[in-house]
Amino acid sequence: MFESLEPLLPRVRKPVQYVGGERNAGTKPWGSVPVHWALCYPDAYEVGLPNQGLMILYEVLNERSDALAERTYAVWPDLAALMREHGVPQFTVDGHRPVGAFDVLGVSFATELGYTNLLSILDLAGIPLHAADRTTEHPLVLAGGHAAFNPEPIADFVDLVALGDGEEVVGDITDVVKAAKAEGLDRRATLERLAAVPGVYVPGLYEVTYGDDGAIAAVTPTSPAAPERVHKRTTSDLDDWPYPKKPLVPMAETVHERMSVEIFRGCTRGCRFCQAGMITRPVRERSPQGVGEMVEQGLKSSGYHEVGLLSLSSADHSGIGEIAKGLADRYEGTGTGLSLPSTRVDAFNVTLAEELTRSGRRSGLTFAPEGGSERLRKVINKMVSEEELIATVSTAYEHGWRQVKLYFMCGLPTETDEDVLQIASMAHEVIRAGRQAAGRGDVRATVSIGAFVPKPHTPFQWAGQTAPDVVDARLRKLREAINSDRSLGRNIGLRYHDGQPSLVEGLLSRGDRRIGRVIERAWREGQQFDGWSEHFSFERWVAAAESELEGVDLAWFTTRERGEHEVLPWDHLDSGLDRGWLWDDWQDALAAEEQDDCRWTPCFDCGVCPTMGTEIQMAPPGRPSLPLTPVEHRTSTPIRNPAFASSAPSTGGRDE
Amino acid sequence: MAETQGGRPSVLKAKAGDAPHPSAPVVGKLRMRYAKRGRARFSSHRDIARTMEWTLRRAGVPVALSQGFSPHPRLSWIGAAPTGAASEAEYLEIGVTEHLDPAVVAREVDAVLPDGLAVIEVVPAGPGALADRIDTSVWEIETPGVPDDALAPAIEAFLAAPEVSVERVTKNGPKPLDVRAAVAELRLSLTRTDEPADADREDRARAATCGRLTAVVRHTTPAARPDDVCSALRAVAGLEFPEPNRATRWAQGRLDERGELIDPLAADRAAPTA
Repeated sequence: MFESLEPLLPRVRKPVQYVGGERNAGTKPWGSVPVHWALCYPDAYEVGLPNQGLMILYEVLNERSDALAERTYAVWPDLAALMREHGVPQFTVDGHRPVGAFDVLGVSFATELGYTNLLSILDLAGIPLHAADRTTEHPLVLAGGHAAFNPEPIADFVDLVALGDGEEVVGDITDVVKAAKAEGLDRRATLERLAAVPGVYVPGLYEVTYGDDGAIAAVTPTSPAAPERVHKRTTSDLDDWPYPKKPLVPMAETVHERMSVEIFRGCTRGCRFCQAGMITRPVRERSPQGVGEMVEQGLKSSGYHEVGLLSLSSADHSGIGEIAKGLADRYEGTGTGLSLPSTRVDAFNVTLAEELTRSGRRSGLTFAPEGGSERLRKVINKMVSEEELIATVSTAYEHGWRQVKLYFMCGLPTETDEDVLQIASMAHEVIRAGRQAAGRGDVRATVSIGAFVPKPHTPFQWAGQTAPDVVDARLRKLREAINSDRSLGRNIGLRYHDGQPSLVEGLLSRGDRRIGRVIERAWREGQQFDGWSEHFSFERWVAAAESELEGVDLAWFTTRERGEHEVLPWDHLDSGLDRGWLWDDWQDALAAEEQDDCRWTPCFDCGVCPTMGTEIQMAPPGRPSLPLTPVEHRTSTPIRNPAFASSAPSTGGRDE
Repeated sequence: MAETQGGRPSVLKAKAGDAPHPSAPVVGKLRMRYAKRGRARFSSHRDIARTMEWTLRRAGVPVALSQGFSPHPRLSWIGAAPTGAASEAEYLEIGVTEHLDPAVVAREVDAVLPDGLAVIEVVPAGPGALADRIDTSVWEIETPGVPDDALAPAIEAFLAAPEVSVERVTKNGPKPLDVRAAVAELRLSLTRTDEPADADREDRARAATCGRLTAVVRHTTPAARPDDVCSALRAVAGLEFPEPNRATRWAQGRLDERGELIDPLAADRAAPTA
C-alpha cells in the first residue's frame, strides 16, 4: 500500500520516518509464513526505532521460519489527518502493509504515556478499540514492556499481556496462534489457549469487583483456562540471546544513534522507587566475551561510531573493567565512542574514566544521587554519600570532563523542603570541588529533576504521590537556593518540568480498569503523544477523570496512600516479589533503614528467585576475553576491509 | 564547497595537541557520484550525511578524521537535492588515509548502502575544486494530474516572460525569487534514452495524465528548486497541480557557452592517477 501513502509524504514533516528501508531491516513474502506479527512502539519513530526491546523481538521472530514481523510506530498528527482523509490505514514501515491484516499486534509500553497513542493506532488501523468488539478477523492486540506489569488501565483495549522478558514468550505465542489458525479456533478459544502460556495474561478472562470504599474487592478468573496468578517470564543466560545481532540503522534522525549492547539485565541495588530494578530481577550478566562479540558484530553491520553498554547500572557489571579495557584496546583511535548510560556514583573510578575516553570520543557523564539529603537517600535506598559523589565528580573533572549531569527526584516519600534544598548545597560543593580538581573556573554541572511517580511492584506502590503544586513550590525554592551564591550558581544549570504530567503518569501507573474510560475520554477529546509537552494537556486529563470516574477521583488514584491490606490492581500479576517483603521494605523506607545488595551480601528474601526458579548469574571470570587487535592510526573505521588490501599500493602507515 | 563534517574553525584546531591520538594524514581524496532513488528521496541532506558516514564505516573505507577530542570524518558535500527529490547526480568528496582503488571503493560502499542509495562512480580527485565545476542542474519533473498538453502552453508563457517571480520562504521571511532568470532551459521531456529501468516510473509514465518536463536550472542563491519551477508555471499560466510533483535530478555540472553541461568528474578521469 506504499503507493497510496506516497502521495501524502511530500506534505508532511520528516517523511523519511515513514518509508522504512533501514539497513538490516527486511521483509518476507506474506504467504510464506502462517503467523504475522506487527510490532509497535506507540510513540514517534524517532523514539521508537532505537528501542532495544522491539529490535530484539523483531529479529527473534524473523529468524523463525513460521513467522514474520514488521514494525509500526505512532504517526504524527499531520500525516494521521491526511491518512484519515484519504482512507490510508495504519501501516508497517517494512512492507507497508495494513496493521489490521496481521495476526498479532504487539505493543511495547516502556511507559504509560503511550496509552492514548495505542488508541490512535488501533483507530487508524481500523481495529475496534475494545477487545470485546473484535472478531477473528482482527489482530490479537498484545501489550508488553515494563508498563505492562499493571495493564489494568488498558485492560479493555488489549487482548493479551506478556509479563517479563519477551524473547521466549513471543515464540510460545507464535506456536499457539499457528495451531489456532490451523484448527480454525474462534477468538475466545484462541485466547483461552493463550491464557495457558506462562507469562501471558488475558484480561478479558477476569472479572474485577469493587468494595464500598472504592477499592477493588476481588479479581476473579471467569474461565477455567485463566490462572489465579500470572507469573512473569525470565530469560536466563543472556549469552544465548545475543540480540540485536544486526541493529537497525535508520536514515531518519533518532534519539539514540549507537550500537547498544545490554551487558546485564536486572538490578538488585534495591532503589525503592525503581520499578525497572524490581521487576527485572535477578541480575543476569552477559559475559565479557559475549559483549565483545556483540559489539564487533554490531559495529560491522551498523557502522555506528558509538557503543552504549546498557543496563540499569552499567558500572556494576562484575567484569566492567575488563570489558571497558578490552573495547578501548580494540577500538582505540578509530573514532568509536564508548558510553555507559547508567553509571552509579560509587562504581565510577579513574580507570573506567580513562578507558571511556581512550577510544576517541568523550561522552557525557550523568550521575543520579536521586535524593538531595543523606536521610532521603536512605529512604529510597540509594546508598551514596555526598563524599562519594564529590570524590567521583572530582575524578571526572580532573580527567578532562568539563560538565557532569546530576539527576534527582522531587516528591519522594517523607520528603521535606529541606531535603530538596540540600540539592543546592550539594551542587555548590560539586562546582567548588570541580574547580579545584580541574584547576579552572569554567566547570559546569547540570541538575536535572524529575517528579517522582510511585510505581506498581515497588515498595513505594503504597505511597501517596506528592501533589504537583508541592513539587513545583519546592523546585522554585531550590532554584532560589542554587542562585543564592551567584559565583557558584552561574555554573549550575537547573532543568525540570512542571509536576502536572507526572500526576497523569501516576494515574495511569497505579490505575485500575476504571481508568480505561478516562483514557478513552481523554483520547476522544484529542489527547495523544502524552510524552510530548506540546501535545500534553493536563486540563483535558482532569476533565476526563471528572467526567468518567464515579465514587473515586484523580486524587484517590494518585496522592492517596494505600493501606497494607488494600487489593492493588496488579496483585494477581506476579513479578516474583513477595508482597510481604515489599511491605516490610516500605516500612523500612519510612524508618530510613537501608537494604543491601544481594549480589554482595546474603539473600534478603525478596522472593524472586524461589518464585521464578531463577538465580543471580554473574559473568564467569577467567574466560577468554575480547580479542585484541589495536589500531595504530586514527581513521574513521574500526573495520579492516580485505578488499582494500590489494587495491592500490600502500603509502605505508599500515601493514596488512 | 561546504565542508559540513570535516571542517572545523581554527580556534578549535588549536586544541589538537591535547588529542590522545594523532590522526592519520590525508593521503588523497576520492570523489563520489551517488544516486538517491525511490523511497530514499524522502531523506534530507542531514539524513544522507549521517547515513553515508555510517556506510563508509561499514564498508571499512579508511576515511581520515579531523583532529581534536570530537573527531569527524573528512567528508565534503556539494549541494544536495532537497527532501522529496530523487537524484542521479549527487556528489561527495572523501578524504582517505590510504591510496585506494576507486572502483573497489565504489563496489564495497555500494554493497552496504541502504535501499535507495547507490554509488554511480568513484574517481580520485584531480587538481581543482569540485565545487568550481558545478553551477547547473538538470531536473526532470513529473506532474501527476497535469498532462503534457497542459504543460506545453505554460512552458511557452514562462519562456516568453522576462521575469517570473515566486515567493520563497527563507529563514529571514518570504523573499521573491526570479525563477525565469535561473532557468536556462525548460521543455517537455520527450526522449528518455539514458534512464535506468525503474518499474515504478514506468507505471506512472503510462498514466496519460502525468506530464513530464525537463528543466535546466542554474544554481542561484537562494537556489531555484523544482517546486519553484512549478510555482512559476502556476504564477505565469495559472496551472494548478492537484498532486505533489516528483522531481529527479539527472545531472549536475558546468554549463558551457554552447549550453552543454560538462560532467564535473570528467577532469578527474582525464587526470593522471597519483
